[in-house]
Amino acid sequence: MTRGRSVRFVAQLLFTLGVCAFLVVPVVMSVLAGVTENYFTGIRSGLTLRWVGQVWSLYAGTIVLSLQIALACLVAALVLGVPIAYVLARRPSRVTRLFEEMLVLPVAVPGLATALALILLYGEWRGFRASWLFILVGHVVFTLPFMVRSVLAVMAAIDLAALEEAAASLGASFVSRFFGVIVPNARYGILAGALMVVTLSIGEFNITWMLHTPLTKTIPVGLADSYASMRLEIGSAYTIVFFVMIVPLLVAMQWLARERSPTKTTRHGR
Amino acid sequence: MDDNAASVRLSHCAKTFADGTRALLPLDLDIAAGETIVFLGPSGCGKTTLLRIIAGLTEPDAGGRVFFGGDDVTARPIERRNVGMVFQSYALFPNMSVIDNVAYGLRVRGIAFAERRVHALRLLGMMQLEGFGDRRVDQLSGGQRQRVALARALAVKPRLLLLDEPLTALDAKLREDLRIEIDRLLRSLGVTSVYVTHDQAEAMALGDRIAVMSHGRVEQIGTPQDIYYRPASGFVADFIGTMNRVTGVRENDVLHVPGGALALPAGVTSAGDVMFRPEDARIVDARSAALRGRIISAFFLGNLTRIVVELGAGQSIIIDTVLRRTFAKDETIGIDVDPDALVVLEGRNPSANVV
Repeated sequence: MTRGRSVRFVAQLLFTLGVCAFLVVPVVMSVLAGVTENYFTGIRSGLTLRWVGQVWSLYAGTIVLSLQIALACLVAALVLGVPIAYVLARRPSRVTRLFEEMLVLPVAVPGLATALALILLYGEWRGFRASWLFILVGHVVFTLPFMVRSVLAVMAAIDLAALEEAAASLGASFVSRFFGVIVPNARYGILAGALMVVTLSIGEFNITWMLHTPLTKTIPVGLADSYASMRLEIGSAYTIVFFVMIVPLLVAMQWLARERSPTKTTRHGR
Repeated sequence: MDDNAASVRLSHCAKTFADGTRALLPLDLDIAAGETIVFLGPSGCGKTTLLRIIAGLTEPDAGGRVFFGGDDVTARPIERRNVGMVFQSYALFPNMSVIDNVAYGLRVRGIAFAERRVHALRLLGMMQLEGFGDRRVDQLSGGQRQRVALARALAVKPRLLLLDEPLTALDAKLREDLRIEIDRLLRSLGVTSVYVTHDQAEAMALGDRIAVMSHGRVEQIGTPQDIYYRPASGFVADFIGTMNRVTGVRENDVLHVPGGALALPAGVTSAGDVMFRPEDARIVDARSAALRGRIISAFFLGNLTRIVVELGAGQSIIIDTVLRRTFAKDETIGIDVDPDALVVLEGRNPSANVV
């Protein structure tokens, strides 16, 4: 029996390692390519940060723009998403249900279609069409449902109506109970939603590719550009830059998911 | 009595929900300052709707008015009515410590940190929660949480305290303890209180007056003794405690029922339906008794013995007795009920309001 178990253990271990390799090896290869002197000669040609430097000199603008759009998108998603989630949680009706479904549509519809719709709608306004704000609109449309869903999930788990009524009975105005009771108790949902929004905004390609102009390129668009027109090493080095930005966000999201357990025990306690 | 305590007057308050459900039929009600009134009834009877109208969480239908003392507060939202509210689900703020929960109402009133802390600590002391101030809410038991909720509601010196089934979420033993504590608190503070419950024992123990409700209507309002001894309707009689009902044929001051006769109180004009409490029936010698029955079953409960007695013709009654003897199945016993203990619903069908 011990033998049977150990065989099974080894099999499971091998399978797990196999899956990990499947996921990790391309990443490692890509990273290596980005710091290799000459990819076709291989590692023997030596390691260098030259390509990363070139990425910076060629594409620094895309990095700045991506961060700028991600932060602006976060602000918009917070300002719109938290109140929307609050209304959906407090006034469940057929209308709000329909609104919630509509809100999620841009996630289901291909990004190209969303982008096309935006171009048809706003394309005539030249100044707006050419500015980074046009891309921001696309990102907000795409990321807002993730913020709303995340906040709504937490709001649905706490007895929001009773908390708000309790605060109101103690004399709190709407503004003071919204910021003093509702927002703090939805904070895990808001934080998780915020990280999701920033991550999605930085990585968004479909919509952005349709909406961008030569002067408004984000990181993923720049990445596609470099793959298409530059040396493979530069494209790979670009990937490294992208990783450096996105991995901490992903780690933070995982960490936050674990931090949420205290709220769960609160719910059991009731 | 608390100088702050307000009397409450409801004038023609009704509530019809958007889907057409009539949750509350038009109602006029006066609650005296310092009084504890209990709204008692099964779920869906409108008691919570009534509480929420008083609180300012639900608007009465057009024409309804709510007065606190002399002030018409109908148009005021709950945050400007200065009421304290305690919820079945406690509704403590999970993002705050115990003391911050208690001090919340003072904080939104702009009271300085040091002052509200002193006040909150005093309330925690009053609720026997010294040393719990810095705990998180989820570190407390259910009973402790509800005591925090009470302290929080009382911290703002409310004109009126509203309690919505505050003990329902607790287990039986704790419910009893906290009920005694709430009773002591309400009496010592003299705050006007409105208490909603479906538990008749709670209502009896806490209420100066009880309003028994059913189907959006107040069936009877009165002291616990009124409600128990002189129920005004069949619904009230059946909802509060155990009530026997026998049917027979009246002849002058005597009601002929299966198994014998019952003496009626003088001046009764009603038809042949009377009710009485199990403890008001006395067991007497069967040979000389006016009413006899056969024991179907007997349950010794310690402080009393509950006997189910068949009178005949499908009618049976329950008798609670403190006699220290055993009762055998099929034994025939004599029964005597004091005429004054009989409940006769004059001029109306006693089962008209029964759900």
